[in-house]
Parts: sequence; structure tokens; C-alpha cells
Amino acid sequence: MLAHLINGISLGSIYAIIALGYTMVYGIAKMLNFAHGDVIMVGGYISFYSMTLLGLPVPIAILAAVFVCTALGIVVERLAYKPLRAATSLAVLITAIGMSYFLQNAALLIWDANPKAYPNIFKNFEAVEFAGARISPFAIVAIAANLVIMIALTLFTTRTKVGKAMRAVSEDKGAATLMGINVNFTISLTFAIGSGLAAIAGVLLCTAYPTLMPTTGSMPGIKAFTAAVFGGIGSIPGAMIGGILLGIIEILARAYISSELADAIVFGVLIVVLIFRPTGLLGKQVHEKV
Amino acid sequence: MNIYKNASVASKKAFLNYAIVILFFVVFQTLVNTGSITSALKGQLIPIVCYMIMAVSLNLVVGISGELSLGHAGFMSVGAFTAVIVSALMSGASNSSRLFVSILVGAAIAALAGFLIGIPVLRLNGDYLAIVTLAFGEIIKNILNCLYVGIDDKGVHFAFNNPNALGMDPLGKEIIKGPMGAVGIKKIATFPAAVILLLVVLIIIQNLVNSRTGRAIMAIRDNRIAAESMGLSPMKYKMLAFTVSASMAGAAGAIYALNISTLVPKKFDFNTSILVLVFVVLGGIGNMTGSLIAAGVLVVLPELLRKFSDYRMLVYAIVLILVMLVTNNEKLKGRLDTFVKKLGMRISKGGRKK
Repeated sequence: MLAHLINGISLGSIYAIIALGYTMVYGIAKMLNFAHGDVIMVGGYISFYSMTLLGLPVPIAILAAVFVCTALGIVVERLAYKPLRAATSLAVLITAIGMSYFLQNAALLIWDANPKAYPNIFKNFEAVEFAGARISPFAIVAIAANLVIMIALTLFTTRTKVGKAMRAVSEDKGAATLMGINVNFTISLTFAIGSGLAAIAGVLLCTAYPTLMPTTGSMPGIKAFTAAVFGGIGSIPGAMIGGILLGIIEILARAYISSELADAIVFGVLIVVLIFRPTGLLGKQVHEKV
Repeated sequence: MNIYKNASVASKKAFLNYAIVILFFVVFQTLVNTGSITSALKGQLIPIVCYMIMAVSLNLVVGISGELSLGHAGFMSVGAFTAVIVSALMSGASNSSRLFVSILVGAAIAALAGFLIGIPVLRLNGDYLAIVTLAFGEIIKNILNCLYVGIDDKGVHFAFNNPNALGMDPLGKEIIKGPMGAVGIKKIATFPAAVILLLVVLIIIQNLVNSRTGRAIMAIRDNRIAAESMGLSPMKYKMLAFTVSASMAGAAGAIYALNISTLVPKKFDFNTSILVLVFVVLGGIGNMTGSLIAAGVLVVLPELLRKFSDYRMLVYAIVLILVMLVTNNEKLKGRLDTFVKKLGMRISKGGRKK
């Protein structure tokens, strides 16, 4: 039971890191960035080839993935989303879906469809014994990474000037512009941070499930997005709670009920939560005014 | 012609759609009869019509009712698998009656699914509604992945997640095998039948939209609070649109399934829902003619791009992004308009020189 719980929390930590990207972008640009899952996949491939083809050490490979994904996030935002700032949310959604198709098919052409076996980056580390359960080094790193990222982001958005600007833009774009905040820069920065986090999530995800394909990112992407909605979209602690709960539910459902139905159960829980709390666990309740 | 002249704008638009569908049918049926069509395209005819039905029915929810649904393929799969079972049960009957009853039952069960799912879904709004429809689409896919159905002398046997629990006679036949999907489907769907179904769907949708009920649905879309204070029940009308749309998706799924020999639940995943949504958005939200044309062109486009084989999906993605950018960005739209104007002038000038 404890082992499953730890597995669930470590998988949930990956979801939480991905969900952060969704939630930040949604909070600031009010768009569902469907291409986010595919940025994870790109991060996976970049780190994979840095390690195997170039023989770089693991930390450098991760840095390379973060760098490439951050740049990719900025470029995607500039080319595809920025021209649509004034368009309807549905138009932006379809563009994001187009971008997701584009990244998947570009990956298919560049890196072909054969699944790659991702190296175990923790093979030199021993599992730790804790209260009768073995905790893999992967679980420790995933949970620690999640905590560090969460604390750093919370400090960033509450203490720094740029972070405060980010919150201001997400609350009211027009008023933020009047206060002298560069809205375009702030949105680009949000995409950059989200995509950089996606790269880290990509490395962790590929370590947990070591088959790397052009479609690797799409299902975890959708699940992380439901995690973001589950916790209340736009809220940073909400993404963390939503991600971890989703991970625990998925692992427990797989272990005790049925592996085929695990996804159905995860989505079922999401639906139940949304019926009783229509804006997610930590979402703001917006009162309707006439 | 007199009737056409006296008709309202709305019914003129409706007539245009019937004309497009009938023209489409006549052209392609002639091509099939004269044998001047590639077999790849011939095989695509029924799927094209199915996607047209999917697109117009989704447009009823997205365009007319104004709710973003990301799980439309789920209803398609409910209709498809129901039709497979019904068709297998009626193995003694004639092909046309089998097809008719299968589609009818498929549509009815999909409508029931739409109604049940609509109860929780329509209480939400905006992006939350979208994500819950996505979740339901995935749940339907997962449940069908665990479904085993067999037929023997005693009737239909169902089992969940365990093929050994079917409890059939040794002579019985498994028709749906969980993740392997439905196998050995008898191909009884025909192109004319699919086109008739499309016409029926169009008649229902267009008459619904132009009726008092349709105006109520649109009033709720445009301003829910104002409509509510006029005494309209949002839940009732949204539910009506959602259920009708689900039943049509079920009918499309039924005829789609009866056109192929094996069908896996994975076929109707999130990507299929998105594909149909792309047809609706590119065709123009709320515009049925646009949905028909977009579905037709975009199902055939990857086929036509086969020359580029590996690059075709990439090209498809780029075309999709560019179309969205050009049609939704004011600056680019303006530039495109002036470019088209200049091009037009150059062509007319060139014509004069000759």
C-alpha cells in the first residue's frame, strides 16, 4: 500500500510539473495550450540524444533539453499564438491543436516512429528503505523536483517584480498595460517557464516509462491538463494538489481495480469533482453579475 | 423556382445544403459507375459522408448551442458498436432492413448516452464543460476497450473485462473482443444509404435551427441570463441540442462501422473528436454549408497529399495553423485581401493586353 502510494506521488509529481505549464499559460493567456504535451516529448528526445549520441552527462543533457524547450516555447508563442491575441478562444484552441499535430509529425520525420529505449539515469543510485517500503531514487528525485519547483514558482510570483507583473496580467490585461507592464514580454516569459518545466517533466516521464515515441507526450499532457482543472485552473498550488491526487488515484486504480480502466476512473473522479466544485478544488468562485 | 424566390434567407441556405449534398452524390455516383475513380477514393466515400454527418451534428452543439464539446467521437463509437451488435443479431434479415434498424438503434442508444452524459456536463460552462466532454469521450473509449460480446443460439452475451465470463455455447461467436474491437462485421453500408442519412440529418438540424426551439437555443447561447428571464429553461434546450447531436453522431458511427470489417475502440479517441471539431471551426462555426465542405475537403486532403507521403500530416498541420492565422488575425486578413485584389487586377490587366 505504502509502495503504491509513493509510486502514485512520484507519478503525480510529474503530472504536477506538466500541469503547472498548463495552469500558468491558462491563467495568463486564457488559452488551452494543447501543444504543451508535445513539448514534453521534444524534451524527452533532446535529453535522449544528448545522452546517447553526444554522450553528455545527465545534468548537462537535462539543461540542454530545458534550453531547447524554452526556446521552442517562445518561438511557438511568437509564431502561432501572438497573432491571435484578439481572436476567439476557439480559434486559439484549434491553432494549438494544429501546433500539436505539427510537433508530433515533425518529430516523426526527424526522429522516426521507432520507440527509443530511454536510458535509466539513476542506475548508479540505490533504492532507500523507508518504513518497510523501498523508495526508488527516481521517486525521491521526482518528488523533490516537484517541491523545489513549486516553492520557487510561488516565491517568483509573489516576491519578484516580473512575477508580480505576471499575476497582474492574468488578473486584468488592460489595467496591467496601463500600469506600464509589458504584456507581450510577460506572456512570452510564461510560455518560456512552462516549456522549460515541460522539459524537466519530459526527462522524468521518460525515466518512469522508458519508451520514447513522437506520441509520448499527448496522453500525459491530457491527464496533466485534467489535473490542472481538477486543482482549479490558474492556481499554482492547485496544479500541485491536482497532479499528485491524480497520480495517486491512477496508481491505486491500476493496482486494485483494473489497469484497463485506470484512465476511465481518473476521468470519472475529475467529473465528480467538477460537478460538486465547478471551478476545481482551489479555483476561484466567480459570481455571476447581470 | 417560384418557391425558391419566395423562400426566406434561412430556407434558401437550407436548400443550398441539400443541393450540395445531392450534387456531391450525383457526381461521385457517376464516377463510381463509370469506374473513373481511384479505389482509394472510392473507399473513402462512406467515411466522407460519415464525417460530414459528424461535422454538422457537432456544429449543432458548438455553433448553435455554443458549447465546446471535445468528446463527440465517444457518441460515434456508442452508435458504431451498438450497430455491430444489432446487425449481427439480424443476420437472417435483408441487408437494407438490417442497415436501417442498426442505424436506428445505434442512434437511439447514442441519444440515451448523450442524455445521461448531458445531465452532469451541461451544468458546467466554458472550458470546464469542454474538459468534461473530453473526459467522457475517454471513459467511453476505455469502457468499450473492456467490453466483450458474443452471440450464440440463446442470444447475446455480455462480459466486462474478462472474455472467459461470456458463458457461451461452444458454437457461439465472439463479435466484440475488448481492445481487439469488433471483428467480422458484414459490410452492408452503401454510399446511397449514407447520403440519404446525411440528408435526413440535415433536414432535422435545419428545421430545428429555424424553429421556435432553435431560436430559443440560440437566444440562450447569446445571452443566457436574458433568455432565462424570458422564461426559457437553459438546461432543457441545451439538453435537446446535445441529445439530438449525440444521436446523429451515433447514426454516423453506425453506418461507419457497417462499412468496414474490423473496428477497434481506439479509432474513436480524442484525436477523432478534435478532427471533427477542426472541420466545424474551419468551415465556420454555426455554418452548416461550411461544415459539409470542410469535412469533405479535409478527409480527402491527406489522400491527395499522398504524393508527399511522409510530409502529408506535417503539411496538414501547417495548412491548419496558417488558415487559422489568416482568418483570425486582422492584419494578415487585410494583407491577404489587398494581395487578392492586386492579383485580380494583374490578371484582368493581363487579359486586356491580349
